[in-house]
Amino acid sequence: MIGGYVARRILALIPTLFFASLIVFFTIRLIPGSVIDLMLSQNDGSASGLPRAQLEAALGLDQPIYIQYFRWLGSLLLHGNLGNSLWTGTPVMDEVVHRLPVTFELGAMALVISLSIGVPIGVYTALRQNTIGDYIFRTVSILALAIPGFWIGTLVAVLPALWWGWSPPISYVSLLQDPVAHLVQLLIPALILAMASSALIMRLTRTMMLEVLRQDYIRTAYAKGLPVRTIMARHALRNALIPVITLIGLLAPLLFGGTIIMEQIFAIPGMGLLLLEAVGNRDYPMITGVFLITGIAVIIINLLVDLSYGWFDPKVRTR
Amino acid sequence: MASTPLLQVRNLTTQFGSGAGAFTAVNDITFDVNAGETVAIVGESGSGKSVTALSILRLVPTPPGHIVAGEVVFEGIDLLKLSDAEMRAVRGNRIAMIFQEPMTSLNPSLTIGLQIAEPVNLHKGMPWNMAYKKAKELLERVRMPDAQGRLNTNPHQFSGGMRQRIMIAMALACEPKLIIADEPTTALDVTVQAQILELLKELTHETGAALILITHDLGVVARYADRVCVMYGGKIVETADACDLYERPMHPYTRGLMASIPRLDQPAGVRLVPIIGQPPNLAQLPPGCAFNPRCSEAAERCRRDTPNLMKAGDGHSHACWMVPHG
Repeated sequence: MIGGYVARRILALIPTLFFASLIVFFTIRLIPGSVIDLMLSQNDGSASGLPRAQLEAALGLDQPIYIQYFRWLGSLLLHGNLGNSLWTGTPVMDEVVHRLPVTFELGAMALVISLSIGVPIGVYTALRQNTIGDYIFRTVSILALAIPGFWIGTLVAVLPALWWGWSPPISYVSLLQDPVAHLVQLLIPALILAMASSALIMRLTRTMMLEVLRQDYIRTAYAKGLPVRTIMARHALRNALIPVITLIGLLAPLLFGGTIIMEQIFAIPGMGLLLLEAVGNRDYPMITGVFLITGIAVIIINLLVDLSYGWFDPKVRTR
Repeated sequence: MASTPLLQVRNLTTQFGSGAGAFTAVNDITFDVNAGETVAIVGESGSGKSVTALSILRLVPTPPGHIVAGEVVFEGIDLLKLSDAEMRAVRGNRIAMIFQEPMTSLNPSLTIGLQIAEPVNLHKGMPWNMAYKKAKELLERVRMPDAQGRLNTNPHQFSGGMRQRIMIAMALACEPKLIIADEPTTALDVTVQAQILELLKELTHETGAALILITHDLGVVARYADRVCVMYGGKIVETADACDLYERPMHPYTRGLMASIPRLDQPAGVRLVPIIGQPPNLAQLPPGCAFNPRCSEAAERCRRDTPNLMKAGDGHSHACWMVPHG
């Protein structure tokens, strides 16, 4: 039964992704300044010297745009090929697969940090509703939501350098080279990314805990003689976290948007940096490829979120 | 009865709120419950009967509510003086409670097996696998078909009547000496109500547990209770043995309640007599007897002095100036 559900959800992905690719493919070519202009304006490199028409033909850009789309779609469906970079000629798939883990890691770290900050503080503030601690955390959370991540990110990158001559590591260390240095390097951008989402999670957890604590079954739990800690952990939290799970699904695209900025500030070679470079260079296959893979990732995360309801909410399981 | 009662409630007073909006939900009530006995507390909504039940287990939501005076002596110990940890050892163990809303009183995300086994594990220190075995026995006792198979199901798969059976199984889990049932059948279909009450009566009889049955239904009282306390405006206005109360209701409020119940032995076409007026607003009780604005027999004294319970025969007391006592 659950397998059928997953299969149906994955089938439903196909039209979504088809339309998404259509939109990305066409709109990206509407941006003023084509890749040909950029290439011709640069005097160096292999492309220079060729006349415009030859260059267009070599890159396949002389065809009508719908032909280009169907060629791209055909090679994707038949060979799983996302095309090659217009500039470097490397396959887009290789590039994306190479970069995806870094972005995924950064996003996952940010999510884990937001949950491990947001949920406990949310529970604490719900239990200490309208006390000083509650007010302080609620104020701080509004602040964390209001401050833009790119601003904090820039400050963190610049100020320590000015004050103490220290700056976050610029050269990227991969997980295999030095796991500790790698995690430390990702930690700062992950913390900044987690700022806003942990505030959202905290506020939602607090609201839901307050809602759940008013329920009759919590009174039943007290009437059984259970200590407060057990009531919170066993009876309240699980019910309160159901909407928080939904929020995780909604946070996934937000966190991805955030990683683009953080990767730029902290020079982390992930999908975000790849996308920024590709947009700057009008590297059409690269942009389309990144969007497509990101889209698939976000949709899969949301599918996992929907599946996890079953564990949290038995009513979903039996339907 | 010669032996000490199982539960002695003495001058219990519970208030809600503070300042101008404060009101006394339970006002200076005193009653006893003997071992194995069923005592019904009857009254309209807002008469303070549910707050009485919650006060005994110290489950009144605080704030806004707090118990301001009185004693709740259970097995010789004043529950109001116990520490929180000592009180937890009483709840669900020596005294168990069954709530009004079986649809919302069970945790939707936990299996019923866990919810029934929980107090056994907690109070009897039984390991979980043993506690689940006990939960299965308890489900069988409340006549749940396929008890073993049901342990791993969740509350939403059950009807209201079945959920109330689960609540009863949970209440019986630690073989409590006292069960407090707060309107256990109000939310149920009429046909199911009788089944649940029969089951409660039978099981309390088997286990020797005393039962405080809170209800607004005098019909229920007649059938299941040994003794009755009638509450009005936060006070007990009449208390008597169940049969005695039916034969000789004394307080005008009790008589009004009796007259408003349909009876099979009445000739057809006789109209029921409702009690005129509204239940009292606890924040603005009239001076004197709380019932005086609705009472056809009220005199000058009723509007001036608040009557307390006065003896009017063997085990029968009432709080009315106008009815003879002694």
